[in-house]
Amino acid sequence: MVDFAIDTNNLQKTYGDKTAVADLTIQVQRGEVFGFLGPNGAGKSTAVKMLLGLVIPSDGTAKVLGMSPGSAKALRKIGFLPEHFRYHEWLHADELLELHAELYGIPKSVRRTRIATLLERLSLTEHAKRPLSGFSKGMLQRVGLAQALLCAPELVFLDEPTSALDPFGRMLVREVIHELKASGTTVFLNSHLLGEVEATCDRASFIKSGRVLQTVAINENEQQCVRLSVHTDTLSDGLHRKIIESGAKFLSIDDKPGSYGKRFELSVADDANIPAIADAVVQSGGKLFGLTPHRISLEETFLNIIGHEDSGQ
Amino acid sequence: MQPVFTIMRLTFREAWRRKVVLLSLVLSILYLALYSIGFGYVTGRALAGNSHGLMVSEVQNTLLLAGLYVVHFLTVVLSIFVCGDTISGEISTHTIQSLATKPISRWQIIIGKWLGYSILMGLYITIVGGGLIAITWLKFQYLPSSPITALSLLLLESQVLICLTLFAGTRLSTITNGVTLFLIYSLAFIGSWVEQIGSTFNSPEAVRVGVISSLLLPVEALWRRTSYTLQPADVSPTHFTPFSAFSVPSVAMIWYAGAYALVALGLSIWNFKRTDL
Repeated sequence: MVDFAIDTNNLQKTYGDKTAVADLTIQVQRGEVFGFLGPNGAGKSTAVKMLLGLVIPSDGTAKVLGMSPGSAKALRKIGFLPEHFRYHEWLHADELLELHAELYGIPKSVRRTRIATLLERLSLTEHAKRPLSGFSKGMLQRVGLAQALLCAPELVFLDEPTSALDPFGRMLVREVIHELKASGTTVFLNSHLLGEVEATCDRASFIKSGRVLQTVAINENEQQCVRLSVHTDTLSDGLHRKIIESGAKFLSIDDKPGSYGKRFELSVADDANIPAIADAVVQSGGKLFGLTPHRISLEETFLNIIGHEDSGQ
Repeated sequence: MQPVFTIMRLTFREAWRRKVVLLSLVLSILYLALYSIGFGYVTGRALAGNSHGLMVSEVQNTLLLAGLYVVHFLTVVLSIFVCGDTISGEISTHTIQSLATKPISRWQIIIGKWLGYSILMGLYITIVGGGLIAITWLKFQYLPSSPITALSLLLLESQVLICLTLFAGTRLSTITNGVTLFLIYSLAFIGSWVEQIGSTFNSPEAVRVGVISSLLLPVEALWRRTSYTLQPADVSPTHFTPFSAFSVPSVAMIWYAGAYALVALGLSIWNFKRTDL
């Protein structure tokens, strides 16, 4: 039996008539950097809160690090940077970290070194003795990231971790995520910033209207969707059928008069499907003039899955 | 239990950093000084007028009750103001999320806050209420009957309010919490006076109205019991003042107030556990 970092089955949350999460079924491997993508209001934050025990699910099951979400035993190994990173503003940065380290039950002998290391890593050492009320949003988000990493977590939930950061801050967070992955920590990255997910995640799930629509691999070494530009002499019904049967999807067909032959674009699940398209053209008696693969960016995948019309606002 | 003490210390630190402790302390010292000066003048005038001993002690008792009535009223105001924001405010600002995702139980958050505010309010009542009694005793040689019981009743009063405010904070926003509690207090206040006046006119119906309002919030009833414990046994009805207790709540009402606070605290924990943060 695989020991997942996160394992949910049909997790749901409803508020009266309103469904925040309709069906959350995901498995996140240990040590994986997992992206959670969707438009605003798709139910991403509610899903994260259910996995942390902040929100009680209406139905379904969930295990986090093999334990019940929200149990003290699980939370001892989990870090969380909330989307709304608000802290007791009358505390100094080092006092906030001291407080949270104490709540984690980190021994005093370890606390001071760990806090100093995290402040240094997140470029906050010189602000350690300043009250949080004077911090910019970006600095608060970095302090929030530091408190999420205090317990040397096995699993970290980062909810929109760079929403308030400048480009340097974003780079810093990316570096931290890479370091976490290198140390074997599972990272659950909740974001609507596709570039961020593309740069850091191994896989990502797309969520819309509280439902996980698809999970895709993102890492370059793994398979991912490919767009094919195809140029043939004709697009017969037989060829059309064979292409559909191969599992490819038509993205567009160029019907402009005067262009020689037929040009169309397909989406295939991965590189291994490309020869099947060439075979289909030949077997249907057509001539193949061109077959050019393009790797589909995460943005295109997002739009294909979520849809262009849904801004999520 | 460690997380409970961590949260408790957090409430102390908040009260200190937000200057609640400092300002309360400075203003309380001013209040005690003013009381001492005023008490001195009035007692001096009463003695100079060759009033007999009983008259002087009645004047002193009235002044002490007036002073403690202010402590009672400030206990109501401070308990609602200081505790009103602690849960609801942290929920609305999402500050609670980073606390509740630490390996601690939600009951520990509530008990930590309750302990913190109980100690702060306890210190306030002991310093100011105890200060008033100490001044009248040490400077003017007037010691009312049962001062410790009186202070204990004021402490119980703060418990009723702290627990109710915590419970309301798990369900209502800060502003709604404050407004609701003050409105409930106003019902208990007016009910108490209906009972007091009704008892002097032998109206059992009016007394019943007062008792029912005290069941809603037994704070004014506790004050009347406090006042009763401080009154001299031989006080004449002609010397009753607005701070005196004409209609004395029973001991059962004290037990009821204790149970009320416990139930409110229990409900706070139960409700906070079920609240989506």
